[in-house]
Amino acid sequence: MIAEAGLAALWLAFALALLQLGLGVAGLTGGRDVLLGAVRPVAVVQGLLTAIAFVMLIWLFLRSDMSVELVALNSHSDKPWLYKFAGTWGNHEGSMLLWVAVLAFAGAAVALFERRLDERTLMATLAAQAFIGIGFYAFLLFSSNPFTRLDPAPAQGQGLNPLLQDPGLAFHPPTLYFGYVGLSIAFSFAVGALVTRDVGADFARAMRPWVLISWVFLTLGITAGSYWAYYELGWGGWWFWDPVENASLMPWLAATALLHSVTVLATRDGLRAWTVMLAVVAFSMSMVGTFLVRSGILTSVHAFAVDPTRGSFILALLVIYIGGAMALYGFRVGTVREGSTFEAVSREGALVANNLLLSAILGIVLIGTLYPLGVEAVTGDKLSVGPPYFNAAAGPLALILVAIMAVGPLLKWRRDTLKPLAKRLALPILITALALAAVLAMAPGIGIFPLLGLVLALGVGAASVAPLWKRNLRRTPLFTYGMVIAHLGIAVSLAGMACESAFTKETLVAARLGETEHVGPFAVRLDGVAPIAGPNWTALEATLTVTRGDGKPFILKPEARMFPSPPTETSEAAIKTVFDGQLYTVLGKADEQGRWQLRLWWKPWVTLIWLGGVLIALGGLLSLIGHMRRERKLLDRKLYG
Amino acid sequence: MAEPQPKKVSRLILWVPLALFALFFGVVMHGLFNPAERVVDSKMVGKPLPQFALPAALPGQQPLTNGDFAQGQPRLLNIFASWCIPCKAEAPILEQLARQGVPIDAIAIRDRPEDIAAFLQQYGNPYQRIGSDVDSAVQLAMGSSGVPETFVIDGQGVIRHQHIGDIRPEDIPNILQKLREAQ
Repeated sequence: MIAEAGLAALWLAFALALLQLGLGVAGLTGGRDVLLGAVRPVAVVQGLLTAIAFVMLIWLFLRSDMSVELVALNSHSDKPWLYKFAGTWGNHEGSMLLWVAVLAFAGAAVALFERRLDERTLMATLAAQAFIGIGFYAFLLFSSNPFTRLDPAPAQGQGLNPLLQDPGLAFHPPTLYFGYVGLSIAFSFAVGALVTRDVGADFARAMRPWVLISWVFLTLGITAGSYWAYYELGWGGWWFWDPVENASLMPWLAATALLHSVTVLATRDGLRAWTVMLAVVAFSMSMVGTFLVRSGILTSVHAFAVDPTRGSFILALLVIYIGGAMALYGFRVGTVREGSTFEAVSREGALVANNLLLSAILGIVLIGTLYPLGVEAVTGDKLSVGPPYFNAAAGPLALILVAIMAVGPLLKWRRDTLKPLAKRLALPILITALALAAVLAMAPGIGIFPLLGLVLALGVGAASVAPLWKRNLRRTPLFTYGMVIAHLGIAVSLAGMACESAFTKETLVAARLGETEHVGPFAVRLDGVAPIAGPNWTALEATLTVTRGDGKPFILKPEARMFPSPPTETSEAAIKTVFDGQLYTVLGKADEQGRWQLRLWWKPWVTLIWLGGVLIALGGLLSLIGHMRRERKLLDRKLYG
Repeated sequence: MAEPQPKKVSRLILWVPLALFALFFGVVMHGLFNPAERVVDSKMVGKPLPQFALPAALPGQQPLTNGDFAQGQPRLLNIFASWCIPCKAEAPILEQLARQGVPIDAIAIRDRPEDIAAFLQQYGNPYQRIGSDVDSAVQLAMGSSGVPETFVIDGQGVIRHQHIGDIRPEDIPNILQKLREAQ
């Protein structure tokens, strides 16, 4: 009955989405405002129904109800409950249901909480949100039904990809999806505003919190995903330019650009058409990412089961939504009046530079991701695009972007002059110069990218707190703190990336028991290798005794795990985090002479990469709270005098 | 007169996003309906074997050259290595083919004589000659990208068929068919 209840809730939500679209369109075209009054409650109920459907699926997984095909294919009754729970979205159908649930939930949140937007624009927005929902409900119900029953039910399920049996991964996809699909609101806002030609400062202020919250989730999701790939895959890297990683990075780049252009629109009423375009692009990138992952047209470690009908279905949805929005843009945005103008040297000027660079990086990532497909379509040749392209093409732009990020917040809106700017930048520039000298003195052979990254990170870190200089810290608005912390996070993360690429030490050895190997400042002794068993796996576990200088020895236990169902081997790296970096150890295979392959990395300051990511998200959160507080104050003033 | 000109240009710019999306659509449509071949077939099929002369993989045995294949009889050329796990799975199948009278030669990739000897000792030796290709040069020249792979070579030394991956029991009829066609 649970599966049937979930399916019924999904069908009802589909019907309500159709109703929501119909009400919105009829209300807007016929001027029958009474119809518009029904849109909000319909959106809320639709959100509730998809939430119910999703909870039903979680329940089926927790009960290990093998009569449901999806559970039988992706779960196993021996699995720890956390992974049964996470198994709900560790597969195509379940994660699509999560996708749709977030979409409907976001629509319901807009219907419940959005008060600033013009009522007609809001109705157009909710109609657009429902229109997106319809396509994805249809996709779920007609080609990816998660509630299909199996008759007869198998006695046991077929397990879950062991790589996914990791607590970090249990919550990584939902976080990312809140980010990806939360951007649908910005998309619907843009479509709504194009329909009613209502693009201005109020529209931007209404849209900003929704963009911010999605962006915070996306930032956290990407940070967590990067850390997951780092410790779970056992390859020692933290970013692989894998198509799926790119699929998450592209919406983030677009959303970051949008976040900054929406500020220009909200504060100065400039960049109207551009902001609308970015809002469309950000969610389009989410949909493109979903398509690239689900259609299987790109090879990736994240691949779901490949099914060309699914790919065609999502591609058709892309054509309707992205193509439709961009056509609407072409028709309508010419009639949106362009807002106020500004000088090149100004806060707006820096934000435009930020936007252009972010867009260029987005273009580079998109081209690199699609290039193999394009080449194969034209010449039939097969090739792949890897880190050398991405690092060489995007790296310099990213460094310029970071430098501009240091300057931008110190500029005045509308017009500024260079002289006082130089004064404000004197200290950061001095720090940059000192850092350059220090790095060159201490690490003479450092590569140009890590050098620039490290030096910029120090200078930019100093510059990013400069906006607080000589201000009354208690009266500084929370969103200014948010910006400062987010920018500081970028600097911290950049420092981590530069240190990781410049100072990592790697040792790959075949070690006998009792032998001691050296990596960086550590001495690692292989004491033993013993079999151990977990709830649904067996493993070989090495015992490593590690000492650093005269410090107290500690034990690390890297494992090579074997999962019987389905038969898969994974390596569980053992990582020791110390204040200035991480020691990363991986156990490999044994050779005939009884030597064990050990892979050891010393990665100084690598943790800064993810610490920076968390700071960026925290900055976004503070900014969100700050803006919401101020908007509420403004709204109260407007309503009560 | 100068006024409408820039307006027209900026109007066109508004359609650039849609045009870019159309380009994206074209590319992925092609990708979707021409699913990428996960295995890359050798472009050498239908062409004569490249010139090579490999030393014997085991001391005291015969070396392997491309001339050994142009003797009038179709032969199998198996590319394997002692460090390759699927090769172990494939070994009994090759044994079976050899018992049926199929002549099989082999190229051992990036391997050492003692390891090869141990491998043959444990999993059987269906091979007439084994050449040692320590830097994969011949393997790459044949358009092979991994181990194991098996080529059907006809009596004139022309590559007739390439089998990528280990030969499974269900592949045997196809291999025999290709051998007959190469007669």
